[in-house]
Amino acid sequence: MAIDINLPDEKGHFGEFGGRYVSETLIPALTELQNAYEEAKKDPNFQKEIDYYLKNYVGRPTPLYFAECMTKELGGAKIYLKREDVCHTGAHKINNTVGQALLAERMNKNRIIAETGAGQHGVATATVSALFKKDCTVYMGEEDTRRQAINVIRMELLGTKVFPVTSGTKTLKDAMNEAMRDWVTNVRDTFYIIGSVAGPHPYPMMVRDFQSVIGREAKRQILEIEGRLPDLLVACVGGGSNAMGLFYPFVENEEVKKLGVEAAGLGIDTEHHSATISVGSVGVLHGSKTYLLQDENGQIKGAHSIAAGLDYPGVGPEHSYFNDMGAVDYTAVTDKEALEGFKFLSKTEGILPALETSHAIAQVIKTAPGMSKDEIIIICLSGRGDKDIHTVTDVE
Amino acid sequence: MNRIEEKFSVVGDGGRSALICYLTAGDPSIELTRDIVLELEKNGADIIELGIPFSDPMADGPTIQLASERALANGTTIHDVIKLSKELREHSEIPIILFGYYNPFFAYGLEKFAKDAKEAGVDGILVVDLPPEESEEFKKHLDKNELNLIFLLAPTSTEKRIDLVSDNAGGFIYLVSVTGVTGSRPGMEYSLSSLTKDIKVKSGIPVGIGFGVSTPEQAKDISQYADAVIVGSALVRIIEKNGKERDALLKEIGQFTHSLSGSCFKN
Repeated sequence: MAIDINLPDEKGHFGEFGGRYVSETLIPALTELQNAYEEAKKDPNFQKEIDYYLKNYVGRPTPLYFAECMTKELGGAKIYLKREDVCHTGAHKINNTVGQALLAERMNKNRIIAETGAGQHGVATATVSALFKKDCTVYMGEEDTRRQAINVIRMELLGTKVFPVTSGTKTLKDAMNEAMRDWVTNVRDTFYIIGSVAGPHPYPMMVRDFQSVIGREAKRQILEIEGRLPDLLVACVGGGSNAMGLFYPFVENEEVKKLGVEAAGLGIDTEHHSATISVGSVGVLHGSKTYLLQDENGQIKGAHSIAAGLDYPGVGPEHSYFNDMGAVDYTAVTDKEALEGFKFLSKTEGILPALETSHAIAQVIKTAPGMSKDEIIIICLSGRGDKDIHTVTDVE
Repeated sequence: MNRIEEKFSVVGDGGRSALICYLTAGDPSIELTRDIVLELEKNGADIIELGIPFSDPMADGPTIQLASERALANGTTIHDVIKLSKELREHSEIPIILFGYYNPFFAYGLEKFAKDAKEAGVDGILVVDLPPEESEEFKKHLDKNELNLIFLLAPTSTEKRIDLVSDNAGGFIYLVSVTGVTGSRPGMEYSLSSLTKDIKVKSGIPVGIGFGVSTPEQAKDISQYADAVIVGSALVRIIEKNGKERDALLKEIGQFTHSLSGSCFKN
């Protein structure tokens, strides 16, 4: 069966995945959001507004940078970096928060909530909340507030309340539970900005649409520079928003291979990883049906990754669909490999990548040498690594 | 007529509303959950909701979250909850509803679950995160086994939602009293009577009210217009307080239930 890029269907399904598995209280809010989004999409002014802020505030288009030193060092395919790390706030996350904040404006919602893992989405949400004068609360696992302390400070400076979540595994999934609880309680005046292509319909679709600017730009840029499409796209996958943003505009170009890199943590044969698609099974969490890390009784397992932003036992439902349709390949690299990727890019190109992004770098270190010199790889350099310097130096 | 329908019919004839009691199964232990259920029945509980603990209880407040964590720490699984239902059936005809999040049911296998639950003497299923749109497959298997699939409605529900849920609901409709998670709230408002009446007319089945109900006074107010009063967190807090002190726990939870059930009367 051919891949269908016109998904999700009306009920939010990507094949068997996705949907809207939430309590009844939230259904009207999701319907309202879906209607508002569909309407906004048809309004040229909405797109114009997004474009304005992406250009003048975020700093788009981001460069598609030929990583000449990295290419030489690895001795294989030509490597390009899609530089999302130079976006305002230091990661791709703001592409989505600008879109959702503008939607919140249209819907007259004055209170914003969000969940965050690494803190990048939290910072991007705090930033647009400051910009659009919204009251903002970000839920963050207590464990993550420790390992991403700099981002907590950044959010607070931006006027956001950071709420450390102490339930469950104290990481991203628990932050999302707590954000959902807040939303269900304050649903009438609150806009929930979900940071990944996860959650109930319409979030996976909406976040994909807002992040697709990455792939649309990359496509135009590579055609300008090389006069042809790339052979391989590589991006890290936690919930999967930067990967979806890069891959989606290329989905119909089947000749362009796509590789999503999950976090293998201490190894996918251990209990400590976040390789949801690589070794997980289908289930329902946070409003959608997708691949999950779970035990035989349907309890969600704690994930692990050195990168807080990948430390999530689920994945966006459209990735599950792409996996089952064979449209995207998924693999996983370990904490150790990611650290090597971090150091490699820092030294060869003078760019400190986020530890999340370092998973994609680590995979390319393995893949590029086996490809020929006239082949082209684009890596989504989803974020910068300043937030991770403590983690990296602590390991050493 | 199944046990749920029968119960509502008996209770209604007696000028009462039904008292529905929620417990997280396995908190503080499966054995004590059994003893508590029997004690609740003795003290006037009409229907029991057995919560299947879940790692990510998104719709629950802190009280039931912690109960869920304790039950999971005890190793409680959905298999244990089915087994417990079967054991309860040997001692009691009280209607049993299994209450939980979708993933454990899904992981069990929907068809197998429906069969096993029926065989254990379960009467109804309520899945917090399974709205009618996603429930077709599960409902098919539950219908085949004559198990009620109970749905929620909320103060935010639109007319269209009320119609959709009314068309699909079995047993009774669980109306969430406020927007929010489970757990008691002082000073909650009851402007729910007209919504309740509206739903009753549309669905033609009983309507129970829950979330934040914790006192006999509230139970009495709700009984004036609804068919059932649903109490959860207030009971779980008594369990939390007493832990495995069996006698003290049964005594306190029995007395509390008695005071609630004595208030479930229409004037």
